[in-house]
Amino acid sequence: MTDVSPVHTQADKPASPVKPNPIISFEGVTKRFGKTIAVDDVTLQIQEGEFFALLGPSGCGKTTLLRMLAGFETPSEGRILIDGRDIAALPPNKRPVNMVFQSYAVFPHMKVADNVAYGLKMDGAPAAEIKTRVAEALELVKLGGLGERMPDQLSGGQRQRVALARALVKRPRVLLLDEPLSALDAKLRDQMRSELTSLQEKVGITFIMVTHDQDEALAIATRCAVMNRGVLAQVATPADLYEFPNSRFVADFVGSVNMFEGVLEKDEPNQAVVRCTELAAPVYLDHGVTGARGSTVWVALRPEKIEMHKRNGGEALKMEDAPAGANVVAGVIRDIVYLGSETNFEVELEGGRRVKTFRSNLTRYDQEDFTWDEPVWLAWHACSPAVLLS
Amino acid sequence: MEQSWKQAKTAFAAVAAPPVFWLLLFFVVPLAVIWAYTFGENTGPITIDFTGTFANYARALEPLYLGIFAKSLVIAGLTTALCLVVGFPVALAIAFSSPRAKAWLLLLIMLPFWTNLLIRTFALIAVLREQGYVNFTLEWLWNNASGFMTLIGLQPLGEYEPLTLLYNNTAVVIGLVYVHLPFMVLPLYSALDRMDRSLMEASLDLGAGHLRTIWSVVVPLAAPGIASGVLITFIPALGAYLTPDLLGGTDSQMIANVIERQFKRANDWPFGAALSFLLMYLTFIAIALQALVQRRADRRG
Repeated sequence: MTDVSPVHTQADKPASPVKPNPIISFEGVTKRFGKTIAVDDVTLQIQEGEFFALLGPSGCGKTTLLRMLAGFETPSEGRILIDGRDIAALPPNKRPVNMVFQSYAVFPHMKVADNVAYGLKMDGAPAAEIKTRVAEALELVKLGGLGERMPDQLSGGQRQRVALARALVKRPRVLLLDEPLSALDAKLRDQMRSELTSLQEKVGITFIMVTHDQDEALAIATRCAVMNRGVLAQVATPADLYEFPNSRFVADFVGSVNMFEGVLEKDEPNQAVVRCTELAAPVYLDHGVTGARGSTVWVALRPEKIEMHKRNGGEALKMEDAPAGANVVAGVIRDIVYLGSETNFEVELEGGRRVKTFRSNLTRYDQEDFTWDEPVWLAWHACSPAVLLS
Repeated sequence: MEQSWKQAKTAFAAVAAPPVFWLLLFFVVPLAVIWAYTFGENTGPITIDFTGTFANYARALEPLYLGIFAKSLVIAGLTTALCLVVGFPVALAIAFSSPRAKAWLLLLIMLPFWTNLLIRTFALIAVLREQGYVNFTLEWLWNNASGFMTLIGLQPLGEYEPLTLLYNNTAVVIGLVYVHLPFMVLPLYSALDRMDRSLMEASLDLGAGHLRTIWSVVVPLAAPGIASGVLITFIPALGAYLTPDLLGGTDSQMIANVIERQFKRANDWPFGAALSFLLMYLTFIAIALQALVQRRADRRG
């Protein structure tokens, strides 16, 4: 049996330190395009130095939120403050933010160095200062020596670095990144992920990134806001989003999940029981759920948190942290997907519901050698399921 | 049907022959005849001998005709410049309007094409003449201003002197700009409409104002569109015949009017042909310049 983490609920965790002066604050921001509401009453604070991700499916309003920050859209309602100052009256060219566009938007008719110098020229910086700062910025994004190239002589990844240098050279208060990795191939994307994080640490500027890719957000961001249909679904650190989702939408959007609808049968401070129609056994939890008894709840179980054991008839498996009969169900393996580092199984429960479970391939030969149509027990710890009220 | 035309030579020839024949018969041959005339001499009212003389070209390069060429170039150049100045904001506005409005605005731009040029030109005469709408409006304003001056105890302005807007070079330029504006707006619009909007947003984001963005980003990227707009405005304007004929005065003839007179009233086909070919060479130079701009833009990607 693996170690059981002592942290079980969101409430057990220390509250994240909320500083009094956020660098950016959205106050009841709503954006309507005609009759459609793109952003619906968003209130959100972003602290200085954060690498913040706006995460959500396409059309959820995350890009609109970013564009309102840059000044390309104006809120229909609400206020946006940067350093405590309302920026409604500031046009895009007067805001202390710079953006890296999804298409990079590198000016094709200018040399790389001129692209990077563009913003400084607009600010009227002296020529000597422009020269040194452009060189520094190109060095920062590892494009030193390519200043004389034209953009069409660069690869996609290099063009993105030009866009990064062009925005960072202006030393903005906040750097906005619109789907920064979406146009790169898989290998380059992994590399840019870690480079973006180290770049952010180096320059110390607040980064706000828009992405629809949950892996990307979890890997890069220090904090994420998940958006759904214009509304903020949850704002939390990547680990909290994954382990303590606050709704079915978040649990489903971030990572892979098995979701079961059930009824809250018992809810006490240190234990709770949920009865799900699709699960033969009751779901026992070693903590309370703040919901009304008898109400409908959803149990979210991450596939990697489900253990699988051989079932050769006989007595049912017993989990040591749950009463006998709870948190253990019988099933049959129906599908196996070998992925190298892990293997994904699909197990059919009695009653037909299929459940995903992931097993890490810890040894080169799996001693247990699970195979198709094999009867198994699925079991989980009392702390593993997340109980969702909405 | 995976064959290329190289395999199906007969079919290709059958399809290609009619247009090739048509172009040869009605374009290449007449043009060659006119070209041959440039080296000919009038020997009778309707007979021309091909003597291989360069006298027609020599005469065409006399100061009198060179002056008319120069004047045509200036008028066509001025027309093109005005079309660009007026057309660029129009094209920009259309490119940035909503899809619905875009369709209507483009329709409005193209509407004049569906009206006969002669009718449009006569309509312009009705607008510009001394008893035309422009002068009516100005006179009304003048009289009202005059009445107002009297009212507040100042000297009245006196009698309104109608402006002479017709039968001079100004009228020709106004008419040519009016006729050629769509030729300028359409290529500009198509260049601006294709442009990646995020480039303009990036410029704003980096601290440039709107005018600066237009000058540093939009204009350079629209250069090929501007070049083709300039070309297809300049070439027909240079060879304009009807507009200077109807709107111009005695001193506002353009080269096409002179050519027309050689072919008709003067009955000097060889000289008219020489003038025509000089005009065509000028056109080729303009096209070559445009190709140069285009190639430079293409190299940039």
